[in-house]
Amino acid sequence: MTSPILRDPGNSGFVVELEKFSGPLDLLLHLIKEDEVDITDLPIAKIAVQFLSVINELGLNQAADYLEMAARLLRIKAQMLLPRRLGDDEWEDPRAELVRRLLEYQQIRELVEWLGHAADARAERFGRGYEAPPPDAPPAPLQIDLNDLLAAAERVIALMPDPNLHHRVVPRPLDVEGATARILALLAERETFGWRDAVGGGPQATLVDVLSTFIALLELAKRSVLTLSQPEPFGPMVITRGISREAA
Amino acid sequence: MESLAKLLEAALFAASRPLTLEELESLAPSEGNVRAALDEIRQNYQEDHGVELVEIAEGWQFLTRREYAETIERAQFALRPRRLSPAALETLAIIAYRQPVGRLEVDEIRGVDSGAVMDKLVERGLIEVVTRGEGLGRPLLYGTTPPFLEILGLKDLEDLPRLDELSVALRRPTPVDEPE
Repeated sequence: MTSPILRDPGNSGFVVELEKFSGPLDLLLHLIKEDEVDITDLPIAKIAVQFLSVINELGLNQAADYLEMAARLLRIKAQMLLPRRLGDDEWEDPRAELVRRLLEYQQIRELVEWLGHAADARAERFGRGYEAPPPDAPPAPLQIDLNDLLAAAERVIALMPDPNLHHRVVPRPLDVEGATARILALLAERETFGWRDAVGGGPQATLVDVLSTFIALLELAKRSVLTLSQPEPFGPMVITRGISREAA
Repeated sequence: MESLAKLLEAALFAASRPLTLEELESLAPSEGNVRAALDEIRQNYQEDHGVELVEIAEGWQFLTRREYAETIERAQFALRPRRLSPAALETLAIIAYRQPVGRLEVDEIRGVDSGAVMDKLVERGLIEVVTRGEGLGRPLLYGTTPPFLEILGLKDLEDLPRLDELSVALRRPTPVDEPE
């Protein structure tokens, strides 16, 4: 007879926990109850075969706890087969230890049921002081004064296109390379500088310039060439030379 | 009710957890029988009230009566705590009866590794390290906490069923009959 455990079930999943049984002892108890056999006089050969086929079926034969129990069952089965002299007082039932553990575990299962009922009954009575789970924290209030607001509005107005101008032809879409070169040149000169310096071109800076600069800054920040910070809400970004990784 | 009973009633009403006898006694003026006052409050709340004074977790607490659980919960004025998993209950049962007990013994009785379950129970405050064992490596030994009694609605550990009351009584190994 080939032991079912030696067959490859074909699945390679690693079973950590199974809903149905909380462990090999639980599974054993389940089999014993199903077969209606006497726990103190276990038909070990029969139970061992059933145990092996169930863990194989459920893919549990890769879980160490179940494998250990399978090995234990097979060893007890082998020990039971050893011949013994009639009337040998020294003979110790090899099943004794397993039976003791099973009874102990059965007792725990009964306690689990009792504890479960107790917890359910307690859960039906409420003490004072229930607090609903807090809602998601609202965004932090904006700390800004009137001057900041006016300055921000002015900057936006300044950027608004001339209403008389219908369209401006953009010579080339984005110039990230140009912006990168400009930023690197600035970085070589200065430890830190502001967003306006990075964009260059002063008030004539176009949306395309802004975008190119922004993308170049993000890319350089990603490469740790520089760090970006914004000391105050809606304030201009500050570009600082990145701390080189070797120095850190 | 006498004035001590009223004082205790107020304290128990204000607290959101069970108050122990020592805590209640610390409120009371020098003389005054706190136990008798608690009994008076309990009797007072026995009928005609939706809440009752319950002896729980080595203390006393006002709890709503069970028959209102569903209505209160449906209105979301209160929520049942999450149920414990079978693995957690198994581990709690072993620790409650064997405390102080180490991780190895729990593993041995359950037949599976219980490390993760025990860590979670410690996190929920239901068990705690109480001492260290004598054996190799001085293993950490665990015991149950007051919150354990609280979630089960037990007065104290004596409230747990006695092992010989269970249908699966663990028999001691039967002594071998001495030949005559």
